[in-house]
Amino acid sequence: MALALSAGQQAIANGAHGEGAAMAMRIVAATARLMGAPSLIPIASAHIDGALYHGDSGTLFAEQLVLGGGKVAVRATLNVGSLDLTGCSKNRLPSHEHGMARRMMDAYRTLGCEPSWTCAPYQAGHRPALGSDVAWGESNAVVFCNSVLGARTNRYGDFLDIACAISGFAPYYGLHRPENRRATVVFDVSGLDPAFLGSEVAWPILGSLYGREIGDAVGVVAGIAAHPGEDALKAFGAASASAGAVGLFHVAGVTPEAPDLATALHHQPPEAVIKVTAEMIADSRRRLSTALDMDRIDAVAIGSPHLSIAEFDRLEALIGKRRLKVTLYACTGRHTLAVLEKNGRRKVLEASGVVIVADTCVVVTPILPDIAGAVLMTNSGKFAHYAPGNTGYGVIYGSMAECVESAVLGRPVFEAAA
Amino acid sequence: MKAEVLVAGQPAEGHALVLTAPISFWGGVNPMTGLIADVRHPQHGVSISGKVLCLPGTIGSSSAAAVLLELVSAGLAPAALVLHEPDAILLLGLIVAQEMGHATPTALRLDRAEFGEFVDAKLAIGSDGSVLISPLAGEI
Repeated sequence: MALALSAGQQAIANGAHGEGAAMAMRIVAATARLMGAPSLIPIASAHIDGALYHGDSGTLFAEQLVLGGGKVAVRATLNVGSLDLTGCSKNRLPSHEHGMARRMMDAYRTLGCEPSWTCAPYQAGHRPALGSDVAWGESNAVVFCNSVLGARTNRYGDFLDIACAISGFAPYYGLHRPENRRATVVFDVSGLDPAFLGSEVAWPILGSLYGREIGDAVGVVAGIAAHPGEDALKAFGAASASAGAVGLFHVAGVTPEAPDLATALHHQPPEAVIKVTAEMIADSRRRLSTALDMDRIDAVAIGSPHLSIAEFDRLEALIGKRRLKVTLYACTGRHTLAVLEKNGRRKVLEASGVVIVADTCVVVTPILPDIAGAVLMTNSGKFAHYAPGNTGYGVIYGSMAECVESAVLGRPVFEAAA
Repeated sequence: MKAEVLVAGQPAEGHALVLTAPISFWGGVNPMTGLIADVRHPQHGVSISGKVLCLPGTIGSSSAAAVLLELVSAGLAPAALVLHEPDAILLLGLIVAQEMGHATPTALRLDRAEFGEFVDAKLAIGSDGSVLISPLAGEI
């Protein structure tokens, strides 16, 4: 079906709101044609992944929108940038790249975006209503927004996110359409040991497996007895969206569009059922580690997605009064940093050997020291996925408790296998 | 053979690079070199620049378009892209590159079952979606 633009949308594309808005509308319309969307729909908000520096062309694109007088038409929070503007951490970007990254972050602010600089905007006060249409970027934020909040978004990439925010419209296809939100695959975890399902590492490991098995389909996790908590769903979504093209998952009895399994399936039979076994879990866990040398660690990183205050509570309890031998990078947003600053918690953490990284994270910008053959330990399925390609570090995967013990002792240590 | 044109662009000739696993451009392809950077990918270390890149699927980050735009503006883009299905996240990189005044590779849609024929072949891609195969016997 050919795309039909309303008179108002056509006027914006023709420059009624300036050249910035026209360029934004042309990009939205070109995407709609590419994806076979019949029309554009108004959006309630946006989360913008585009302000991360990958090269000069992204900065020049944003500046072209600024030059054209572009302004966001809806609430738009910003995902991480390449620089920690809070000054908590330093990065090794060369001066040209540093300057272009800064120009890019400034351009997105000039377009009217909020300087939230976090990949967990849903824990920084940006929580669109159930059933509302939004345009979100950043794979983990997309999957959380769809799955846990029940708002409707496709996986908006760089450029399209800001184009939707400025035009105020998005192509009507994919997960905006209720019928496409039906789970077609059941991911049955009822055969797994409840002790594993209750453990800290369960959700990132399950997410990583789920993403690989499901690809871009919509699935429903069945066999979960109780709500695992928002941070567990955050870790599951992030791991699933980095291992696969997951945009929406359901958890029967937990997430808003899945009060029960039958509802998640829209009362139709599933196309496939994946019975998750202990062997699949063991394999998924093994795949998260890439380091050849399991006897050394050069750094520990947590906080992908950005740590919540509850996760900092846990980190502080695990460290206690000890000092770390190996630096632990704790990535978070300034919404959480503000809480840590209030009671002097940031200073105590830093004195113990934690480096807080705000506004950005260690896999998107060079913060980790450049060490040949270096090894990173992490509890994040997403860090485990991206660290080797983006930082050159090999990865050892472990729970947050194992990460802290290893940082204290200066070598990888693991809890006795449960 | 004739494929559906997803994003119109320059006609091109190049060696086919048929990826055997889905890839995330962000984190999976180095925008400064055009090399596949994902150590878990079967084609790790291979350059996608100037190739007719055949993608069985795309995964992962929503920054794929930025990497593709960067590759286009640095002259390191594939000669053409052949996708099993349209991927808005990736192809936005081409749409934006055109807005920024760059000449861009053509992106086509073709069932991945056809990719087998392209292995070790040189392909000529027309801007109308035509795909011409010439085996590389003796050339490599």
